[in-house]
Amino acid sequence: MRSSVIIFPGSNCDRDMDVALKKFGFKNQMVWHNDQSIPKSDLIVLPGGFSYGDYLRCGSIASKSKIIKSVIDFANSGGLVLGICNGFQILTETGLLNGILQQNKFLNFICSNVFIKVKDKQNKYFRDLKKDILELHIAHNEGNYFCSDDELKSLEDNNQIAVTYCGEDGAENEATNPNGAIKNIAGIFNKNKNVLGMMPHPERMIDKYLSGEDGSLFFKNILDNFK
Amino acid sequence: MKIKVIVTLKNGVLDPQGKAIQQTLNGMNFGNVEDVRQGKYFEIEVKEKDEKKAKSLVDDMCKKLLANLVIEDYKIV
Repeated sequence: MRSSVIIFPGSNCDRDMDVALKKFGFKNQMVWHNDQSIPKSDLIVLPGGFSYGDYLRCGSIASKSKIIKSVIDFANSGGLVLGICNGFQILTETGLLNGILQQNKFLNFICSNVFIKVKDKQNKYFRDLKKDILELHIAHNEGNYFCSDDELKSLEDNNQIAVTYCGEDGAENEATNPNGAIKNIAGIFNKNKNVLGMMPHPERMIDKYLSGEDGSLFFKNILDNFK
Repeated sequence: MKIKVIVTLKNGVLDPQGKAIQQTLNGMNFGNVEDVRQGKYFEIEVKEKDEKKAKSLVDDMCKKLLANLVIEDYKIV
């Protein structure tokens, strides 16, 4: 499976993502934001970081990069596009995903492990995933997902909510919501579920000695579903 | 021509920074501050002499980049 990771000025999880993808057998290549086109890919990843210093709004400047037109075309033709953290913020700013990531409710940068619940498995990311609750890492200042009531209803009706923050036991409530996101939302799909944006970093959970391997499950699952 | 734009959060959208500023002002004995909403202010120099045209250009810029209409309103002043 071929993948491309797009690098923006200020991306800082691009190489971690490269390491993770290659570890599980993706043929990954790095693509600079100023390039006109993306090499043939089965998966495009927009990595975490602080593209353009988070100027104006997180992800807003990156969402107008030269390369983004190719990303949008790829997504509209059904290609898999995964945005992690700042990548999620960029995807909402392009309009590929609904809503926006606002500043965390308590104005703090959060860096910690969280549990997330997989809400939908009828898609190429989570189909046949062996676990329903994953332990992943978050590190963000703007992860407070927000959208209008109409958009939320549409997300719920179409099962576009991908993952939510929860406790180890799966409880979704205010206590297990780190940043104030509506409905504990940690990640969403577009309507066709080929575009996934989420705040947690699976690429930081791929080593059993350093972190845990729930991220490994995520990457292996994408590969398994591709075969 | 210089066009000025103010971008603010829509009514009903939580503004934690505004809230923190309000609480700080209250703590500084500005007890009559009931609410603070924080926004952004832009001055945009447009190479255009016709004010109507310039404002219409800036309006387009607001929709496409300067404001995110999911949570923000803009006002060209």
